[in-house]
Amino acid sequence: MSTVVENIPGQYEVLDHPLDSEMTLSMGPQHPSTHGVLRLDLRMDGELVIKTIPDIGYLHTGMEKLFEYKKYQQGIVITDRMDYLNPLGNNLAYVMAAEKLLDLEIPERAQVIRVLMCELQRIASHMVWLGTHALDIGAMSVFFYCFRQREKIMNLIESASGGRMTPSYFRIGGLMMDLPAGFERRCNQFLADFPEAMNTFETLVTGNTIWQSRTQGIGVISAEEAIDWGLTGPSLRGSGVNLDLRKANPYCGYETYDFDIPVEPDGDVWARFRVRMRECYESYKIVRQALDRLKPGPIKADAPKVVLPDRDDMRKHMDSLIHHFLIVAEGFNVPAGEVYMPIEASKGELGVYMKSNGGPKPDRVHFRGPSFVNLSALPVMCEGEMIADVVAIIGSLDIVLGEIDR
Amino acid sequence: MTEKLHEFVEKLKAENASWVTDVNEAHGEVTVTVPRESIVDVCWVLKTKHGFDMLADLCGGDRGPEEEPRFEINYHVFSTKHYNRLRLKVLLSEDDPKVTTVTTVWKTANWHERETYDLFGVIFDGHPDLRRILLPSDFDGHALRKDYPLRGYEPYSMN
Amino acid sequence: MGLENTLFESLPDVVTVKLDAVVNWARKSSLWPATFGLACCAIEMMNTVSARNDLSRFGAETFRASPRQADVMIVSGRVSRKMAPVLRRIYDQMPEPKWVISMGACATSGGVFDNYAIVQGVDKVVPVDVYVPGCPPRPEMLVHAITMLQEKIMKESVKDRRDTFEPESRLSIVPGTLPVTEGTALERETEVEVAQNEVSRPYTIPSRHERRRSS
Repeated sequence: MSTVVENIPGQYEVLDHPLDSEMTLSMGPQHPSTHGVLRLDLRMDGELVIKTIPDIGYLHTGMEKLFEYKKYQQGIVITDRMDYLNPLGNNLAYVMAAEKLLDLEIPERAQVIRVLMCELQRIASHMVWLGTHALDIGAMSVFFYCFRQREKIMNLIESASGGRMTPSYFRIGGLMMDLPAGFERRCNQFLADFPEAMNTFETLVTGNTIWQSRTQGIGVISAEEAIDWGLTGPSLRGSGVNLDLRKANPYCGYETYDFDIPVEPDGDVWARFRVRMRECYESYKIVRQALDRLKPGPIKADAPKVVLPDRDDMRKHMDSLIHHFLIVAEGFNVPAGEVYMPIEASKGELGVYMKSNGGPKPDRVHFRGPSFVNLSALPVMCEGEMIADVVAIIGSLDIVLGEIDR
Repeated sequence: MTEKLHEFVEKLKAENASWVTDVNEAHGEVTVTVPRESIVDVCWVLKTKHGFDMLADLCGGDRGPEEEPRFEINYHVFSTKHYNRLRLKVLLSEDDPKVTTVTTVWKTANWHERETYDLFGVIFDGHPDLRRILLPSDFDGHALRKDYPLRGYEPYSMN
Repeated sequence: MGLENTLFESLPDVVTVKLDAVVNWARKSSLWPATFGLACCAIEMMNTVSARNDLSRFGAETFRASPRQADVMIVSGRVSRKMAPVLRRIYDQMPEPKWVISMGACATSGGVFDNYAIVQGVDKVVPVDVYVPGCPPRPEMLVHAITMLQEKIMKESVKDRRDTFEPESRLSIVPGTLPVTEGTALERETEVEVAQNEVSRPYTIPSRHERRRSS
């Protein structure tokens, strides 16, 4: 078909065979499906994507520089805003890195509550993932169901720490405050409803043939490629590699809990989806075990120069008051050294590299964000896919731009 | 646990004694300081012979403008087979902040090295695509250096 | 069923009403936001839209991805230097009447992040109608902001809202008038400039929605 047009202005060119030429599309920072401010430069041949070049940095906040100017305790607040769907995980990584430098021993009740809150947070993060992934692919009602479950978890976290999305619940040496009265009852209520909610999701999404045909065979990455590109977390377990840092490099007493690691062999979007759904069940098991293990006890380590004393103690005893004042006003000195503390966040391996030179402020804090590394493997997964599948692949990688750009 | 890691260090020393200039152990982790000319060889040996198939993290550090050497690059290697971790450190001076890239060994180093270049100004020889990744491409300076002020040089203005 | 039985019988067939009232009522009741979720506040915005705090009962029925089809831009999250020109471009692409809600501490004033990377307040880039503090603000606070914006819209006049050309609209924002750093040359220069051109460069787009009609 030849086009017959006249009087075309000079800057336009008529292509008789438009599909022969390559097109560059900028899937820009403001886009409903890019899960944040991500820009993708797509070189396309019609609908087929030849090359993907992600462009990040639209949310760069300079957090790593900010850490160097804040005392250790003040930095906990900044970590909430990094991976904002899993703030307790970020808090945990930072706090545990500082505790490693200080060689603190954390009491048992604090460890159990840490595990409990982190697993609840993992479920909440997966709910947002499922809601937004389904919304991108077109299943809009799943979004509302998922956020309903997430509201319940956020109520629990808010009752413990005061913040729905930015809790800052952990402190160096333990927790901010003990769990409030009635927390266990409400947590049990949530857990009682949760299997039914998961059944709803399985019915709505997993059994849906449209979902299956849109996610199976899309965005395949093999196990060797995945390890070479540094993928971790559910994205790696979806390619058949059995690696979970809660079992490989355990922390916080995870080796004493009884849970499985879901692994799927295919490496496509469907496999990563199944891994995350099964992880929700495993987190549910861990939360049940943690609730059974809760025993009364101290929640802060025995280190008066590092950990804030109880308010009653502070009002009655002079040395507690002095310690409180010094910790808040001047900060505590952390011995010089460097540590790398990796934890299994909901998206993968969240590693904190912390270097101290003996003062109250850290010398260098670097967060190895799992989404940063997972996104670098996106070009490999998107080669040869249609543009509508790019949206599905980004959703399956579960990226959070706050963590990528820091 | 650190005995296993020291074994790896001994094996590295057995390959080539000049590869290991310093070994440091603290908090259950072992840090090996490697001269910058041999970092790629060390990485190849660790990946092929000792099973360290994943580069968990590559981050830079600035010791301060008065220190010599000024920059340090930390390579955190991890093995998915025997779950051990090792840290390699390369020290660079300010007048010649160059090191060979390890993207030939692990592809994930690509973005990490771009980030280190962006924030510190360390140049990686042989990198396929060394340009800024987090800061805007017309940004002046390297933000995470100690002599770069926290608030920058001027507030944002549209004009 | 209710009104038809009781009220409408006594009313005449033709009713005279102020044009402003009707137009503003229509505009405030169907404010469609543009999706401009940047960071953590975006998730709280998603929470506001979801079933528990339902924003669509206030008229914000759908969040339009294209700015050409949106009325209000809810800037939710921290605006970095790389993103600021994009933000301005999206604002310019929105047709009049348009409003901006600056959600969260980072959009209002830079928030926790007083450093080289974050624009200290989105009002250095676009004119803002309602500021919502909080980090992140609770969903109820965002709902309150939408209702506040609705009250503000009711006080406007139809004659105030004309489409401006882009260069004129860019000039009406003076950057750097809030003290951000300690006495840099730019700040002093800006103060001198503002003192000289006080008439032509007001701080925000003036009086188009701020002026109260005395009637």
